[in-house]
Amino acid sequence: MNKLYEKYIKTESLPTLFCPGCGNGIIQYAAIEAFERLGIREDIACVSGIGCSSWIPCYYKLDVMHTMHGRAIAFAEGLKLAQPNKKIVVFTGDGDCVAIGGNHLLHAAARNIDLTVIMVNNYIYGMTGGQKSPTTPKEARTKTSPFGCIDEPIDSCRLVTSLGASHVARWTTAHPIQLEKAIAEGISHKGFSFIEVLSQCPVQAGKNVYGEKEPSKIMDGYKKGTYVYKGEKEQLAGSSLPDLKDGKIPIGLLHYDPEASEYLERVEAKLKAEGVR
Amino acid sequence: MSQITIDKACCKGCNICLNACPKKIFVKSKKRNNYGTAMPDVKDPETCVGCRMCERLCPDGAIDVEA
Repeated sequence: MNKLYEKYIKTESLPTLFCPGCGNGIIQYAAIEAFERLGIREDIACVSGIGCSSWIPCYYKLDVMHTMHGRAIAFAEGLKLAQPNKKIVVFTGDGDCVAIGGNHLLHAAARNIDLTVIMVNNYIYGMTGGQKSPTTPKEARTKTSPFGCIDEPIDSCRLVTSLGASHVARWTTAHPIQLEKAIAEGISHKGFSFIEVLSQCPVQAGKNVYGEKEPSKIMDGYKKGTYVYKGEKEQLAGSSLPDLKDGKIPIGLLHYDPEASEYLERVEAKLKAEGVR
Repeated sequence: MSQITIDKACCKGCNICLNACPKKIFVKSKKRNNYGTAMPDVKDPETCVGCRMCERLCPDGAIDVEA
């Protein structure tokens, strides 16, 4: 077993419940590497909702809260207000975050509260048997859209940027080193940081959504179907998000605004102004 | 020369490592892991460059590379 993996994972609960080739394991390891690099093991608290991706933190030897479906961000906000010194990492899926917990995502992004949200986007509801999720691409055939999906997929990075999230990045499971750096950056950043990870579900989505069944081929497809957006870090603040280029999805640091005011700072300033503190 | 070990108890046989290694050190074999699927074998470990991509891309933390 990997040495770093052994240090952070509850070995007594192995093997994990993820299917062979699932992208969740890669994200799990990338997050471990980020925690190890920052050296803040005692300060980390993980929150997750319901879904395959929400099982990621449950194997960590850290403070973990496994909460209701879609409400992970709501619980995390409460935890942050109660314990402002903790670094809170939320692991959530595309259905958990954008569909059921969409409302909580909107308000957390609008408040710009100091959370790190890692959204694992596999374009499907994997745990419940392969139903259409809000991010499922058009014309994809799933269990609940047998003639091809007709809805426009939601671009969650664009959504949170429009509301005022101050650190927005997107990577895929085929880019583990960059993903680890993005997670470490998101944890260090003061404000709402949103990291979307394009992941694979070879069992439920497989051929119908990605056009490939083999996990390694899906990851190759991600490498071919994306381009790295290279914007200067200083200029990213006010700019709009990059668009698709020849049908390729932009990945990288998409939006960064270190000047945006954080929710807890605003609360403290208000309390001081009113003479409560 | 690095020491590459694959844990039989962790591996689920997804074959991501076969494609992840730039030197193609991992090859298909008939060995079975505890999950019941075929696990990869290590061929020519002396050609390993120590990029640790296999460690990062293994979803189950089964691969350990010691430089």
